[in-house]
Amino acid sequence: MSDHLVIDVRGAVKKYGTGQASIYALDGVDLQIKSGEYVAIMGPSGSGKSTLMNIMGALDNMTSGKYFLDGIEISSMDENALSIVRGRKIGFIFQSFNLIPRTTALANVELPMAYQGIKSAERKMRALKALEVVGLSDRVDHEPTELSGGQQQRVAVARALATRPALLLADEPTGALDSKSTHDLLDLFDQINAAGRTVIVITHEADVADRAKRVIRMRDGKVVSDTMNDRRAGART
Amino acid sequence: MSILEIIRFAFRGLSINRLRTALTTLGIMIGVSSVIILIAVGNGSAKSIQSSLDRLGTNSIQVRSNAGGFGGQRARASTANVKPLTILDAVALSDPKQAPHVKQAAPIANSNNTVCSFSTSTSTPSTFSGTWPSYFEASNAKVSKGTYFTTEDVNQSRRVAVIGQTTATELFGTDNPLNQTIRCGGIPFTVIGITEAKGSQGFQDGDSLFLAPITAVENSLTGYQALSSIIVEATSSTTTDLAQTEIQTILDARHKVKNANSRDYRLFNQASLLATSSSNSQVFTVLLGAVAAISLLVGGIGITNIMLVTVIERTREIGIRKAIGAPKGAILTQFLIEATILSLVGGLMGVAGGFIGSQFTIIGVKPVIVPASVFLAFGVSVLIGLFFGGYPASRAASLRPIEALRHE
Ligand SMILES: Nc1ncnc2c1ncn2[C@@H]1O[C@H](COP(=O)(O)OP(=O)(O)OP(=O)(O)O)[C@@H](O)[C@H]1O
Ligand SMILES: [Mg+2]
Repeated sequence: MSDHLVIDVRGAVKKYGTGQASIYALDGVDLQIKSGEYVAIMGPSGSGKSTLMNIMGALDNMTSGKYFLDGIEISSMDENALSIVRGRKIGFIFQSFNLIPRTTALANVELPMAYQGIKSAERKMRALKALEVVGLSDRVDHEPTELSGGQQQRVAVARALATRPALLLADEPTGALDSKSTHDLLDLFDQINAAGRTVIVITHEADVADRAKRVIRMRDGKVVSDTMNDRRAGART
Repeated sequence: MSILEIIRFAFRGLSINRLRTALTTLGIMIGVSSVIILIAVGNGSAKSIQSSLDRLGTNSIQVRSNAGGFGGQRARASTANVKPLTILDAVALSDPKQAPHVKQAAPIANSNNTVCSFSTSTSTPSTFSGTWPSYFEASNAKVSKGTYFTTEDVNQSRRVAVIGQTTATELFGTDNPLNQTIRCGGIPFTVIGITEAKGSQGFQDGDSLFLAPITAVENSLTGYQALSSIIVEATSSTTTDLAQTEIQTILDARHKVKNANSRDYRLFNQASLLATSSSNSQVFTVLLGAVAAISLLVGGIGITNIMLVTVIERTREIGIRKAIGAPKGAILTQFLIEATILSLVGGLMGVAGGFIGSQFTIIGVKPVIVPASVFLAFGVSVLIGLFFGGYPASRAASLRPIEALRHE
């Protein structure tokens, strides 16, 4: 782990609606995450976890506040530069999978690499490898509607991993998985993190959070606790 | 990201929803081909009126009596101050001294709805006239097989006849009608000539024709009565106005007409007929053009609608693509290529459909394609397709990924 800050969020506020009806999904969040960290974000439903994740993934903008990704302020980048950042640096696993409809699992996994200009043969190889890692080798030619929820989630994981991103953002990646698949996926995250990549996971499940080295708790758009995971630290010694 | 890759995405995008792709293409195709065909029909009808008028000749002037209504039959000929047209009128009009600009005149006595028969076949010529030989030149009718009847035939009241091709086919099929004897209204006539095919003249078949010496027709069928009309040929197309004045002078004197408003006859010349019918056919073309424009508009709205729905339906997909690193340019290019393929293919099929459809005779008109209408229809549909495929795609591609993703 280095001291280089991958994520540096300062005073993030996200407000939805105006006047009486307005709500603060984020209400002044400060968060610094160093390169190579493994962070779990927890909190009750509606506490702003996904909102924060979308901002960290450069998918959404803030009402006010600053966000530096790898030291570069996101709001200073134009849409095209952001596209490149999203494609090159970030692997995003959505809470709602977000696979392209009527497109095979393989094509879905290949897509981010296609936009990065990776040659067809190589990206097919990498996509097949990623699908194998998530245990879907026998489902590569299936379209999202022909896959179960858990299988779709694993395709989404494969898509995020195939580009070998430096930063992996996962919004409840185990939400649709059984305990075996959850376990396999967490092992995978451990490996990725061990290879030096930053992993940030939103989760409701304690055993998922237990694998992370740092746990952040949110409530009503605020960070209410930020602790190093002692059990895990203890287990390691 | 290479352009080839984007083109592959575009084709995949189109193949994913084949029905929608097919319907869009069909919509564009129908819009384009109907515009081309409708304008071709308008143009074709204008052309056919023009050419049948050309065949009639522009030197001839028709004199019709106000008596007797249509066809100049005897019915109301006795009305006090209306004198029917007579052979003597025709003779007077043929006088080169009184009418120096009249080349020749021919009286016409029609016998309407006269049935002709030959063995078991029958035919009712739409024009059944007794006249003089000068009729042929004055009305631009040429005999292509056999001979004309002569002044001698008229003087002798010979029952000889020149018939049109429709009448010939109806009576004789493919057999040679010359020198055969047909019975018309029970009277035998020997066929001595067949006229050259004229085609339809307005709404009448110019080849459903029976012409015989006026004396023979009056003798045996109509009796000596008022003429249906007199056809007059001016010496040239530039002297029709002079000839017309001479005709009026002669007939006013013979019919004791006191002022021009109470004439008991009317003159029709081809030039004025030409003017009215070409303005009629212009109105027709404009009408068809308006219908075509409306169908292009409706087609355009159809294209717009499908393109908008397509893009809106795929806004979420656009959001996903952006979230995983697609630059705006790549997305826009993909959607523009999809729209281009749809509108080009639809447009080209429409042009092909227009050309094929114009090969058929539609409501009796042989369509003639106007090249400008092809470019107009094709251009408009392609532009509409590109704009309404491109514009919403560009808007969706400019959204933040999360906004596009929220789109249901
Ligand atoms: N587009 C939106 N418009 C209005 N309010 C929104 C919008 N998106 C989120 N919110 C609100 O912002 C708050 C935070 O939402 P967010 O999705 O970040 O919650 P979450 O912590 O991810 O919850 P969950 O665990 O259920 O996924 C919620 O109260 C939600 O209703
Ligand atoms: Mg959430």
